[in-house]
Amino acid sequence: MRRFLFWALLCLLAGFLPSAAAQTSAQDSDPGYSLLETLNVDSYRDKGEAITAILQSDDERARGWLQALLDGRLQRTDDGRFVIVLNNTGRSWPVEDALSGEPLGEMSRRELDRIGINNALRNQLRSAIAVVDLYSPNVERRRTSADRLLGEVDDELFDTLTPLIEDAEDDYVRRRLIQAVAIYQTENGEMAGVEALAGSLHPRARVALNRATNAENPAVADAARAALASVEQNLKINRGVETLYFGLSLGSVLVLSAIGLAITFGVMGVINMAHGELMMLGAYTTWMMQQLLPGQPGLALMLSIPAGFLVAALAGIAIERSVIQFLKGRPLETLLATFGISLILQQLVRTVISPLNRTVITPEWMSGSLVINDALSLTLNRLFVMGFALLVFVALMLIMRRTRLGLEVRAVTQNRAMARSMGIRATRVDIMTFALGSGVAGLAGVALSQLTNVGPNLGQNYIIDSFMVVVFGGVGNLWGTLVAGLSLGVINQILEPWAGAVLAKIIVLVFIILFIQKRPRGLFPQKGRAAEG
Amino acid sequence: MTFQATSSRFWLARPFTERATQLFLGVLFAALLIVTVLHVAVPQGSALHVNAYTVNLFGKYLSYALLAVAVDLVWGYLGILSLGHGAFFAIGGYAMGMYLMRQIGDRGTYGDPVLPDFMVFLNWDSLPWYWLGFDMAWFAFAMVLLAPGLLALIFGFLAFRSRVTGVYLSIITQALTFALMLAFFRNEMGFGGNNGLTDFREILGFNLRSSDTRLGLFLASGVALALGYVLCRAIVTSKLGRVCVATRDAEARTRFIGYRVERFQLFVFVVSAMLAGVAGALYVPQVGIINPSEFSPLFSIEIVLWVALGGRATLYGAVIGAILVNYAKTVFTGVMPDAWLFALGGLFVLVTVLLPKGVAGLFSHLRRRDSTYSREASA
Repeated sequence: MRRFLFWALLCLLAGFLPSAAAQTSAQDSDPGYSLLETLNVDSYRDKGEAITAILQSDDERARGWLQALLDGRLQRTDDGRFVIVLNNTGRSWPVEDALSGEPLGEMSRRELDRIGINNALRNQLRSAIAVVDLYSPNVERRRTSADRLLGEVDDELFDTLTPLIEDAEDDYVRRRLIQAVAIYQTENGEMAGVEALAGSLHPRARVALNRATNAENPAVADAARAALASVEQNLKINRGVETLYFGLSLGSVLVLSAIGLAITFGVMGVINMAHGELMMLGAYTTWMMQQLLPGQPGLALMLSIPAGFLVAALAGIAIERSVIQFLKGRPLETLLATFGISLILQQLVRTVISPLNRTVITPEWMSGSLVINDALSLTLNRLFVMGFALLVFVALMLIMRRTRLGLEVRAVTQNRAMARSMGIRATRVDIMTFALGSGVAGLAGVALSQLTNVGPNLGQNYIIDSFMVVVFGGVGNLWGTLVAGLSLGVINQILEPWAGAVLAKIIVLVFIILFIQKRPRGLFPQKGRAAEG
Repeated sequence: MTFQATSSRFWLARPFTERATQLFLGVLFAALLIVTVLHVAVPQGSALHVNAYTVNLFGKYLSYALLAVAVDLVWGYLGILSLGHGAFFAIGGYAMGMYLMRQIGDRGTYGDPVLPDFMVFLNWDSLPWYWLGFDMAWFAFAMVLLAPGLLALIFGFLAFRSRVTGVYLSIITQALTFALMLAFFRNEMGFGGNNGLTDFREILGFNLRSSDTRLGLFLASGVALALGYVLCRAIVTSKLGRVCVATRDAEARTRFIGYRVERFQLFVFVVSAMLAGVAGALYVPQVGIINPSEFSPLFSIEIVLWVALGGRATLYGAVIGAILVNYAKTVFTGVMPDAWLFALGGLFVLVTVLLPKGVAGLFSHLRRRDSTYSREASA
């Protein structure tokens, strides 16, 4: 680009220079030109050497040149430029510059001179194209090139690749090359290949092993069967890990959404049906932040964490002051009133923002996935949400166990009258607790915006699940919420493959309903006086 | 409510001696009569004529009112806030819907004499076993009572035996209806999935689209409401009803006195579920469709709002609440649909904070300074 600008500038300054001259000098300065120029010889042996030179040049355009050369589309114009013919049917052919890739309009075949090749060169080119990127100094390109070779090896490539294995500096590339070669050998029924493929999880390796079970040599077939069995075993483990990962991911979402509820419901005894809508507010805060900071989704997301907490906490305080404080000791009425608030908040978002879902951008460092092996890769955003859930949990644990507020909250929970007579301002504690629980809902919303659609119904989808988690874990017990959330997530994911998503959910709900009958106070019931409620 | 020692020997006849019941039945039957006369006798062009659409709408309100009475029975007198009564309503509705589906016979789009259209569409070759018998009216009508009753019996037996009460019970009833909604959305369940059951043609041989049938359904809903009301009144004024109220106000104390609280709870819960089922069965032919949205937790919690607005533990309050809220809904969704959820949400807040005894509470407040409604009734 800079070179182009430089030359463009030069052209402007020296306006009298004919543009063709400028182009020629541009060509001269391009190392690709001299590479291509070496192809412009008569001797096929020299051409072969030129191909090797191009192969080792690490020019990004090498693949295109070699392919064009193989197809006979790399041609030279009378004035010494190299072009690639895009379509060689008809009288005049559309061409582009081989160096810059610029379209040069149409040229008649008379103006062009094809660079001829023979059969030996053709074979050389074919394997050269397959391995062209293996010579790149860029590790990433070498790796993707090696990935592409799996299952693509034929007799010629086999000969080309075998020496390359020794030379490969990168461990990953070497392993891939060995695999590629082994797949070829296995498909030919060779023992060496089967042995090398044992333990490989790549689907192509499995295909090759499957084929080798029909090999003529019974020893090879047996070995292939054994290898396949161990691969299947290995895959099963990997699938298990994957299910566990998805389960924990779902579980951590459940924990995030339920833990705020565990505070307001478990500690204060307040049923907040608008909890889901507070999550929705957190998610919309993220969206809003990204609208305010266009182009910086990562920064916006980081800022949304405190902002989402604040927005939801303030909304929570407003709800507590305006409604809940008047319904103290009437849990069922609180439930109905907060349900009304949830309807109002939903409709508010629909009216003010939009009834449609909004997209929240996932920052680059959170997208993509962590590749463990050929059969297992973990999506990064879920990993982040898991870590975030854990962080929130630990922070809440510390607040409840180690701070003055936590102490006061526990005191008011256990015996309100006595706590008040000890000088604790119970009303203030109520407000703070409710704000804390609501703020955590906001945090959950920020995290959820990275996993699901942000829409007015976001909260509704989670409220029943969150209540289930709290009730299942035992009310007023943060550890219970953690264990319940994670285990429900995992159970759901284990059931899903054979029951389907909806049926899995139904089974989990029915399971909890039955579980509550058996242990009405959840997994970890409160003991002592706090249990009287 | 009042527990005057009445001289009536038979418990089901006792409500008729109450002034409130007499008044309620009087107003109800007067309303039924007026609507019928205005519909049939007044010519179409007249301003006083009540058209078939309105009759149908009133019929729908009456079935909702019966549902509200059922919820009031458990919430007002037993202290059980069920957030899943929509499930019993919907199951009753589905039982009726299945009967109506079978009545279509070979007049469906695909013309299959036995299978409903959606089953043909899904390539089912025979009726699932639970659809058998629904071509007979008596069986279907029995199922309207038995299916919700059985679900309530199993659920209630498990719940009350292990003393799940209060908020916990509310939450798991909500989970119950949510799980059922998800289940009924599945095509594999054999209840028409997402679309539910619809395209009904006739009930007991009467064309569902004719205005006479609609009037008949309206009157049937009114009569069912009256019967349901009297039944509930009879229950709450009986000795059993007093145990229920005692349970509501002090469950542990009632248990210590020696009453098997869970049996009373179970009995009343099952009766209430059956009433809800009847309401659903009356609702379905009038609206012409039943689909899984009736199972949605939102609908169930709306029913509770009707009762709360009308005033709970009065029964007639539930009727007033159901009609008021649904009338408001019809008006609002017609005029400004966006505002309806604001209004509904606002109602939830206002009623619970400012009008804990509902509209009925206002009445009794005007009539007498000292309301007999127990102030302790918190749960």
